[in-house]
Amino acid sequence: MLDPVEAITNAFPDAIQDVIEFRGEITLVVDSDRIVSVCRFCRDTKGLEYNFLSDVSGVDYYPQEPRFAVSYHLYSMVHNRSLRLKVYLPSDNPVVSSVTSIYPAANWSEREVYDLFGVYFTDHPDLRRLLMPEGWDGHPLRKDYPLGYETVQFSFNFDEIDRHKPYARE
Amino acid sequence: MTGLQDSVWEGDIQQLKGLVSERALSGETMVLNMGPQHPSTHGVLRLMLELDGEEIVSCVPDIGYLHTGIEKSMESKRYEQAITMTDRMDYLNPMGNNLVYCLAIEKLCELDVPLRAQYLRVLLAELTRINSHLVWLGTHALDIGAMSVFLYCFREREKILDIFEMVSGQRMMSTYFRPGGLWRDVPEEFEPAVRDFIDYFPARIDDYERLLTNNPLWLDRTQGIGFLSAEDAIRLGCTGPVLRGSGVNWDIRKAIPYSSYDHFEFDVPLGTHGDIYDRYLIRIEEMRQSLRIVRQALDNLPKGPVRSNNRKYVPPPRSELGTSMEAVIHHFKLWTEGFRPPKGEVYVRVESPRGELGCYLVSDGSPRPWRVHFRTPSFIHLSALPHIAKGHLIADLVGIIGTIDIVLGDADR
Repeated sequence: MLDPVEAITNAFPDAIQDVIEFRGEITLVVDSDRIVSVCRFCRDTKGLEYNFLSDVSGVDYYPQEPRFAVSYHLYSMVHNRSLRLKVYLPSDNPVVSSVTSIYPAANWSEREVYDLFGVYFTDHPDLRRLLMPEGWDGHPLRKDYPLGYETVQFSFNFDEIDRHKPYARE
Repeated sequence: MTGLQDSVWEGDIQQLKGLVSERALSGETMVLNMGPQHPSTHGVLRLMLELDGEEIVSCVPDIGYLHTGIEKSMESKRYEQAITMTDRMDYLNPMGNNLVYCLAIEKLCELDVPLRAQYLRVLLAELTRINSHLVWLGTHALDIGAMSVFLYCFREREKILDIFEMVSGQRMMSTYFRPGGLWRDVPEEFEPAVRDFIDYFPARIDDYERLLTNNPLWLDRTQGIGFLSAEDAIRLGCTGPVLRGSGVNWDIRKAIPYSSYDHFEFDVPLGTHGDIYDRYLIRIEEMRQSLRIVRQALDNLPKGPVRSNNRKYVPPPRSELGTSMEAVIHHFKLWTEGFRPPKGEVYVRVESPRGELGCYLVSDGSPRPWRVHFRTPSFIHLSALPHIAKGHLIADLVGIIGTIDIVLGDADR
């Protein structure tokens, strides 16, 4: 059983930006363009074997910069321990490689992050909106997206309310 | 989409390019819509199926019909206010949702929970598991064609809901767990009611088994169907009974015990074939094991307070307000402003009836959570559905949806 921080920082000395320990949880801040190789290393190295991806989720740190973060919660069923990898992404170009080739479980989680935060995942097999309708304007979990102000549309007042909606029309 | 008329799809099959195979584009296979208003989809799940005769070539789930933006709304509420929203995610597992959210807050604030509260949490979480499995069993059997099981299951579920109502005043949206413990202690009638239930229920599980376990029709519809290998289950992120049905021994209650689960003795049932029937047997056995835990928790229930005494996070008892100035200040601060956890982020996982339920909580030091994310088992299991359903008959799809035990409120949040 290897020490994850030591093993990963030795293997990727220039890709690990920071190591945070809080409440017994280890977070490694990874360079956004190296996340796939770090994930592959975590999964395949003997002594680490993080074979299970629990979750991928986004965070919007608006108005800080870099604005977005994506957290990957890895778990090793072999050694019974977890690890969080985190990448920070700038607001003008929030793009990161998809880890679906390493962990297929990330497929829908990444789609959700794309849908709700507008973070793009390159090499994702099927990057479409998941929870919001296809033509939706904006990404609701961003901090600058308003919480309310959407009137519920019923069949009798659909057109009336539709006329005041802010989305783009042809 | 600008109007209701436009939502009726009468378009060109070429628009589905990338989602369906080339054979569908040339008209060789048929594309069929299933749901969202379909009784076997357990809510509002829509599936786009590509069929070759009756065989499923591919299946594209479409979710979001029950998306209520709970994660967004929680960011605008104070930590304690937001508990009520967690009940509404997985509406068959309200206590479990409360539990994971409270555990996350407690980990963030390093808040202690009295042992009595921990035991009561375990007891109620296990009753919730039985409650959820009963709904699963009833609807799953109903989908496959065994109507009577449904009625029996819901009869027993009523008794559990009565217990929930007794402790929290609510049958389903209980909001009974709070950071640092429970809302209040259980009433006197609680113990006899739970004892009645644990004496009454084992014979009922035998009844369900008599109706299904050796029933040739049930065996025909469940054995060898919906196969998932152990490697695929781990790869696709499956947890809970779906993972254990494939023979992987991973139960969070054993692996990473929370809320003093390590004080209790119980077995984790495992499957060998990874099909619908094995998962059925596992969930039936889990109900028995849950009863074992409930019995132990009730027998060994410690005396004492049910809420932490840390006044920075937990409001003082009513009785102190008349005599202590400090209590009044704490009370006022907590109810006008809320508490401020330290800056940081935590991830907590619990074993919900469906699998791993995780809560990722990011705090910026203000009284409102900066970000709350729930890793819900239904969501991840639904993403594995296309893999499981591939190559099966469309009639078996109903059984497969039932066996992964989804709750759409849990998937969409």
